[in-house]
Amino acid sequence: MRFSGLRVLKEGLTGNKGWTPHWRDPEPKAEYDIVIIGGGGHGLSTAYYLAKEHGLTNVAVLEKGYIGGGNVGRNTTIVRANYFLQGNSEFYSHSLKLWEGLEEDLNYNVMHSQRGIINLFHSDGQRDAAARRGNMMISQGDDAVLLGRDELKSMLPYLNYDNLRFPIYGGLYHARGGTARHDAVAWGYARGADQRGVDLIQNCEVTGIDIENGVVRGVQTSRGPIRAKKVAMVAAGRSGQVAAMAGMRLPVESHVLQAFVTEGLKPCIDHVVTFGMGHFYISQSDKGGLVFGGDLDFYASYAARGNLPTVESVMEAGVTLLPMISKAKVLRSWGGIMDMSPDGSPIIDTTHIEGLYLNCGWNYGGFKAVPGSGNVFAHLIATGQYHENATGFRLDRFRTGRGIIDEEGKGSQHNLH
Amino acid sequence: MRITCPHCGERDRREFYYRGAAVDLERPAPDAGEEAWDNFVYLRDNPAGVTRDLWYHEGGCGAWIVVTRDTVTHEVLKTELASEAKS
Amino acid sequence: MRINGKGLIDRSKPVPFVFDGISYSGFEGDTLASALLANEQRLMGRSFKYHRPRGVLTAGSEEPNALMTVGSGPTQEPNVRATMQEIYPGLEARSQNRWPSLNFDLLSLNDLAAPFLGAGFYYKTFMWPKSFWEKVYEPAIRRAAGLGALSGRDNTDKYESAYAFCDLLVIGAGPAGLMAALTAGRAGADVILADESNRMGGRLLAETYEIDGKPGNVWADEVLAELKSMDNVRLMTRTTVAGAYDQGTFAAVERVLHHTERRPNGAPLETYWRIVAKRSVLAAGALERPVAFRDNDRPGIMTAGAVRAYLNRWGVSAGRNVTIFGNTDDIHRTARDLLDAGVHVAAVIDSRHDAPLSKDYQVLRGAQVCGSSGRKGLESITVRRPSGEERIHTDCLAMTGGWNPSVHLTCHMNGRPTWRRDIEAFVPTPGSVPGMSIAGACNGSFSTSACLREGIAAAGEALEGLGLTAPDIALPVAEDASYEITQLWAVPGKGRAWLDFQNDVTVKDVKQAATENFRSVEHMKRYTTQGMATDQGKNSNVAALAILADATGRGIPETGTTTFRPPYSPIAIGAYGAGAEGEGFKPQRFTTSHKASVARNAPMIEAGLWYRPSYFPKTGETTWRESCDREVKQVRDAVGVCDVSTLGKIDIQGPDAGKFLDFVYTNMFSTLKVGRVRYGLMLREDGYVMDDGTTARLGENHYLMTTTTAAAGEVMKHLEFVHQGLCPDLDVSFTSVTEQWAQFAVAGPKSRELLSGLLDQTLDDESWPFMACGQVEVLGVKGRLFRISFSGEHAYEIAVPARYGASLFDILIERAEALGGGLYGMEALNVLRIEKGFITHAEIHGRTTAYDIGMGRMVSQKKDCIGKTMSERPGLEEAGRERLVGLKPIGESRQLLAGAHLYNEEAEPVRTSDQGYITSVCYSPTLETMIGLAFLADGPDREGEVVKMVDHLRGVTTLCEVVNPVFFDPEGGRVRG
Repeated sequence: MRFSGLRVLKEGLTGNKGWTPHWRDPEPKAEYDIVIIGGGGHGLSTAYYLAKEHGLTNVAVLEKGYIGGGNVGRNTTIVRANYFLQGNSEFYSHSLKLWEGLEEDLNYNVMHSQRGIINLFHSDGQRDAAARRGNMMISQGDDAVLLGRDELKSMLPYLNYDNLRFPIYGGLYHARGGTARHDAVAWGYARGADQRGVDLIQNCEVTGIDIENGVVRGVQTSRGPIRAKKVAMVAAGRSGQVAAMAGMRLPVESHVLQAFVTEGLKPCIDHVVTFGMGHFYISQSDKGGLVFGGDLDFYASYAARGNLPTVESVMEAGVTLLPMISKAKVLRSWGGIMDMSPDGSPIIDTTHIEGLYLNCGWNYGGFKAVPGSGNVFAHLIATGQYHENATGFRLDRFRTGRGIIDEEGKGSQHNLH
Repeated sequence: MRITCPHCGERDRREFYYRGAAVDLERPAPDAGEEAWDNFVYLRDNPAGVTRDLWYHEGGCGAWIVVTRDTVTHEVLKTELASEAKS
Repeated sequence: MRINGKGLIDRSKPVPFVFDGISYSGFEGDTLASALLANEQRLMGRSFKYHRPRGVLTAGSEEPNALMTVGSGPTQEPNVRATMQEIYPGLEARSQNRWPSLNFDLLSLNDLAAPFLGAGFYYKTFMWPKSFWEKVYEPAIRRAAGLGALSGRDNTDKYESAYAFCDLLVIGAGPAGLMAALTAGRAGADVILADESNRMGGRLLAETYEIDGKPGNVWADEVLAELKSMDNVRLMTRTTVAGAYDQGTFAAVERVLHHTERRPNGAPLETYWRIVAKRSVLAAGALERPVAFRDNDRPGIMTAGAVRAYLNRWGVSAGRNVTIFGNTDDIHRTARDLLDAGVHVAAVIDSRHDAPLSKDYQVLRGAQVCGSSGRKGLESITVRRPSGEERIHTDCLAMTGGWNPSVHLTCHMNGRPTWRRDIEAFVPTPGSVPGMSIAGACNGSFSTSACLREGIAAAGEALEGLGLTAPDIALPVAEDASYEITQLWAVPGKGRAWLDFQNDVTVKDVKQAATENFRSVEHMKRYTTQGMATDQGKNSNVAALAILADATGRGIPETGTTTFRPPYSPIAIGAYGAGAEGEGFKPQRFTTSHKASVARNAPMIEAGLWYRPSYFPKTGETTWRESCDREVKQVRDAVGVCDVSTLGKIDIQGPDAGKFLDFVYTNMFSTLKVGRVRYGLMLREDGYVMDDGTTARLGENHYLMTTTTAAAGEVMKHLEFVHQGLCPDLDVSFTSVTEQWAQFAVAGPKSRELLSGLLDQTLDDESWPFMACGQVEVLGVKGRLFRISFSGEHAYEIAVPARYGASLFDILIERAEALGGGLYGMEALNVLRIEKGFITHAEIHGRTTAYDIGMGRMVSQKKDCIGKTMSERPGLEEAGRERLVGLKPIGESRQLLAGAHLYNEEAEPVRTSDQGYITSVCYSPTLETMIGLAFLADGPDREGEVVKMVDHLRGVTTLCEVVNPVFFDPEGGRVRG
């Protein structure tokens, strides 16, 4: 079924009786060409691009819960291409271009809203770092503008310009940055993959990876064994457990990141705004809730829930930076499991096992990467070659020291990225 | 979240700094080779369940503490001084 | 309608208030909702999507409909639940999410378009044309969405945060909570009893049952009087325990001043509590479920429990001609209470075929309400019986679909509740929150007697855990009725039957979601927005789940539930973030020279948590550059004074101190002579530079390490880790003495002259050569002197105990000025160091190695040190790395900009031809040109080459010559001179 305004009208007039499933719920087959472990944003987009761009449709996505139930359904929905290191810069640029055509491509309104992102800075040193970043963005072909206080005051009049503990010096404005409706991204890719013949298998937990003589042969699952010529691991925070089934130890530590949403409010924040002197970012959803977050809880966790010290430090940043929001009431807080890598950048690579592929280490930043990650990972799985915009995400970079992509400059302590 | 410092007793999480897995205590010899060092600095078991990790009582006595903890339930099972846990 | 003789309000105290510009009157003890109902104002809000007229549904914090904006100006508060807002003289409330008025809302047109606005419609449309999303569709959706509005101004209300500790936290002060608190209180436990209402007693205030022969509220008051008399019991009213966290930590919010217009000076509107409890008892009660039937959302339709609460607690009948519908004996309880109060009960519709009959009112057994009418308030209901449908006129329908135990807090730590078939509801799974016992209605035990009994038992369980003895306590006598329920989720039929009232989610939406294969309960929630409104599904989740289960042919337990997450009810960001307003966000650290610097009009800038002077303007100077240039010249030509106390100072002592420093620094310190200082470089274990600074050997077993201002804390942690974690056998200890010493740089050719006479000894090159250090007496005060330099000039740093800092600073200024010098600030300090090619964290930004900054040879090959092995990885030493160089502009443009990128002269300035970037720039008054430090691919091998600096952001392109980063005095003669 093709979605359109006309279809919504027609169904509305005929009692909404004609709607059909967005995707099937097939029984798993005994064998696939490619099995993708993980039905989150990255796994679904990988399946979609395998089918769409490489004609590979004998593909199954195995999800232990419900599709889109991981971080793609529990993030703060920010989409941007504002990285400053080689390796990241071209990749996120590529991903943003895919975002820009995503509704049309998927025939699904993911509500990608290019409302603009402003990263505030609060010292000369931060301004210099922002300039380095902005210059890289432009040299990559993306957009960036350095804003002074006066320009900011007209764009974001509600910020605390007068008595902020760390005064605002300016901001780096990325007009093509913005937000998207996170669940819809998962569903859109799921529907697109399903329509092209990919089997999405929910409630199917992978319990083992079958390897013979260094070659992958398939997986064991809670719904029986499935043979596969290639197996792709895309399990985000659970990557460590999945890789362990293949005898691998990953450079990843899983951490909890909390996020928050307030009750609905009439429009008051039109952009995505980030604070430079405390990890804090905020935007307003189309429903009116203020969606915001900040730092990790900083301890390794699989609980998908956090504790109060981080809650408070996030709120403190909000209160000091945007004094008007202190009247907004937090409706819900939740946590996601972040696959923190030791340089803050992802891993998209082959492994020492033939036919086994790895995509993980997305840290805080997996959501905006969903289109790009699936696109380049599909390319790698299908062709065996690194995509031109993802040559740097190598698994062995830590061992060799070649091409470490450390935007935060924090080094090997996982939780500092 | 509350953690029991072996010196100071049960304290709020706010007093502690978290570093990561206690594998950091097992520093290889300089010539142990690439693999040993990769294992030490970068690779992690990252268990969903019981783990041992390193916390620093920064807002207290300054002790580095090995906390045996469940990463799924956040239950704290044991705490010991890093200086004693190692030997 | 107010009922004489009923309610716990104070009728001697009338309270005027304003709603939507109209003045009303209520009584002390009223909520906005009860007072408006007393004034027969049923219409209180509009729904989110269809802008349907809505009245109050409940009498508690779970209220989804009656949300209002209270106040105006900077303290305007949106989305206030009328059911929780106590009235006070001067209270002004406004309805929200309507335009132009509550009665006439243009967007109620949405309701007519409802067939096109079903579940998830927006995922299927608004895609064409592409550019319309941001320009047309999204702005229109945003304007229509949202509930109340923020003022857009800085909130001027005050909030406070606090910690509390107790043996036992009892959550909820209904019969179960009161009994638990009483039992634990009498046992001597340190108890906190918290309840979200302004008055404790829970349902005892809303029902007419007796305990020990007394009205329930009287019994509650007696228990409360005893609890108040106990020193070991704290009662926290208006306090919502909102979240359960690890190791017995709870978040709670106390609404301190919401019930009054008074804001005593500085008093908080709310206090955010972090309560640490060894044990807890959850006695949070239960929430009543509405029933889904066609048009079940009209003002006047509310839960039966709310109708009884308004009647018994607030003396208000929600209607004059009431009908009652449901599936438990509560409907009869409601009928009796209303009849006793003299309210007309038009009919009681009991869905159970075996329902009890009554002499006093008409009971329609096995019947269901299947529709309603009345545009802005209920006028009639349609009842379906086996014999057919009939219409009954009524202005209030009290409905009940049974009760949901308040399991919410037991889900906060990922606990999943258990389905109990006999009560058709979820109950907490034991052990969901460690240390928590569950009592009363929230445990699925609904009779008063069961609540009292379980309160005692839960306290007993907690006391046992605390090692205390439970006292003998008699179970009070109270009703112990059984709870008989049959399933009643949705009445079949055409039209729309609401589940999530606020978000306008109907039974049809849930069914459509199932049809579209959103069969997982999480998918259904996210697709339909069921349970995502401000009540977070408290009123509707279980019914929606039951309907999904039915639509997908599964049972309720297999269908599962969505998760309740903190907070239990919404909490203001201002409360959670209390204390961080404005400059309260982080502590402020001031040097001992702060006041003197401010007195000299120096702009103070943030350096971590510290403040440091940017520059010291002199009369006649109009730009910072003029001041900065002068200060640099003063240092180069005469002498300058600068407070450097913010640098981290770590006192290191012990016989193994030297050995230890050899391990944390790349270079040797055990060989350093006593009385000498050495520059040291510290790596992280991954081989990158962590920090740098000088370390002085003050004695055989005594060193003083200096860190950068920014990395002081990190280095301290690192030293402790390396010691305790990696070499605990070394006998060495560390103390941060950053704040104990005030330290000043005295730099320039006249620095020795300045200091002579201040000290107890003469400074000459023999006794005080470059990099010497030692104890000195400064005008009789014991201090320390270090002959070190961050400017390349002959310089000292002089340190005295912090209490002498301010006075020494004054003396140094006076002497400097007498010698033609003066103070210098951070700007000049930066110029001086760039001229000398000295690095700061602009260069050691965490991605550079010793090799990159030209200090590869400082990594001693004679020993191991932290980071050494990893720094030798091939990727960290090979050709092509960006390495430190100096840059001088040579072309037409003379401008250098930090953050600009470097390219070969002829290359396109695009990412793929990027050669590096500039980290630090300044105008050098000494060299009379701009200079910069940069990282350039293979930089040191390219001295003399020309590269192109491009700053896209600021539109500047400058050709530069690659030079050695030491621009000034490369031989270092001045520092020794």
